[in-house]
Amino acid sequence: MKEFMLIFRHEDGKKIASPEQMQIWMKQTMDWIGGIAARNKFVVGNGLDFDGARIVHHDKMVTNGPFGEIKETLGGYIIVKADSIDEAVSFAQGCPILAGEGNTVEVRRLVHGDEIPG
Amino acid sequence: MQQPALIPHLFRTEFSKITAVLCKHFGIDHIELAEDIASETFLLAMETWPYKGVPENPVAWLYVVAKNKAKNYFARAHLFREKIAPVLKHDTAQVAADIDLSEKNISDSQLQMLFAICHPAIAGEAQIGLALRILCGFGIDEIANAFLSNKETINKRLFRAREKLRTEKVIIEMPDTAEIPQRLHAVLTTLYLLYNEGYYSESQDAVIREELCLEAMRLTKLLLDNSLTNLPQVNALMALMCFHASRLPARKDANGALVLYEDQDEKLWNRTLISEGAWYLHVAAQGNTLSRYHLEATIAWWHTIKEDTPEKWDNILQLYNRLLQLQYSPVAALNRTYALSKVKGNAIAITEAEKLGLTGNPYYHALLGELYRDIDTRQALQHLQAALHLSKTQPEKQTLQQKIDHLPMT
Repeated sequence: MKEFMLIFRHEDGKKIASPEQMQIWMKQTMDWIGGIAARNKFVVGNGLDFDGARIVHHDKMVTNGPFGEIKETLGGYIIVKADSIDEAVSFAQGCPILAGEGNTVEVRRLVHGDEIPG
Repeated sequence: MQQPALIPHLFRTEFSKITAVLCKHFGIDHIELAEDIASETFLLAMETWPYKGVPENPVAWLYVVAKNKAKNYFARAHLFREKIAPVLKHDTAQVAADIDLSEKNISDSQLQMLFAICHPAIAGEAQIGLALRILCGFGIDEIANAFLSNKETINKRLFRAREKLRTEKVIIEMPDTAEIPQRLHAVLTTLYLLYNEGYYSESQDAVIREELCLEAMRLTKLLLDNSLTNLPQVNALMALMCFHASRLPARKDANGALVLYEDQDEKLWNRTLISEGAWYLHVAAQGNTLSRYHLEATIAWWHTIKEDTPEKWDNILQLYNRLLQLQYSPVAALNRTYALSKVKGNAIAITEAEKLGLTGNPYYHALLGELYRDIDTRQALQHLQAALHLSKTQPEKQTLQQKIDHLPMT
């Protein structure tokens, strides 16, 4: 069984949602993850906080971010077990963030140990 | 108390105390000796009390006899001179005199014994067997009954477990404070399994089943009574046990048949245990620990409210979502799907259930039988029949047959 990271990309991280709306999204996300975990295919997952985020640039300059020049921001990720990329994609298709227009879920296989990526 | 009842009662409570203290005193190498001395002490009680009458203070009598037996044994034993004397650096009389059967030393010894038995090197089933024997004073017959096994198998299992304790050189002591959370993990798993063994046991002996649950609770209490092990996850486990135990009186009918949750008379639920559980859960919520026991206890708390409300099932679903992320189990996966049906309806739950990959599990088919009942009778019947075929116990088969008989006609 392989492991895949499902990366949530939000088109606009600056959008302010109400606490009630946040709670609904959270519940939807937990139901989605719960369904994957009920198949024993869930490994780990985390949300990524937008508040107080920083970007460190190549000249070590630090900016508040990732807002402004970058349009897309990461909202979180989960790692799942799947037999194939297709199965991992089928998990991603259930992700509730896809209800937001412009949001995407990127599916990437994890490379373990001394394995050469590619 | 009537005499015939007194000896078995004392045996349970005092056997484990005497064994734990003696074993702590002489070391894990002599675990069988400690058991033998405790057994012989009770044998003497059973032989003499019916004729001479029960002593005024039976417990004190037992302790004196146990000490004397230990003393006599070591006075004779070659073993003593060779192996124990050099370690203890005392003379024979001193060995027995030093045996401390004070309340404090008894509970300390039992707690240390609990950690020793729940050693990672010993297989789970063997840990439960040893705990029942050494810490709960269960006889081999009773353990065999609880495990639906026979005396020979249990004896062999216990023998191997004791050997393992010896070869691993397990020391009867409290783990270092830093090591406690990790070692506690194994202890709690054993207590959880011991409790489940009683709660879900297929044994027909209702008394044994209930005693397994109560013993698991008593040992958990032992952890709560010590400040080093009175931790949130232990309180959460205790809460879980209290909530489940509150339903013990309602779970079986007069003929010993299983009464399903929906059909239970909630007036039979033990309200005192529910309140106690709520208190332990409250204590467990202090600090930042969130263990599987926290989640399971909170689910069990929701089940102490019989009425179906959207709030109840919404919360239970969210708790199962989190529980499964912490620790997958087929039972949790199936229960989560049932909660999902209560929140989002049977059609969605059926789709999710069919992805679970549990086709060899009788409860999977029982769940689908339930979910299909009002949607597709033919499917419901197929699944209930599959569940009946896979089910291993008589009470379950009865329940499934009843469900088949009550399917709506098409």
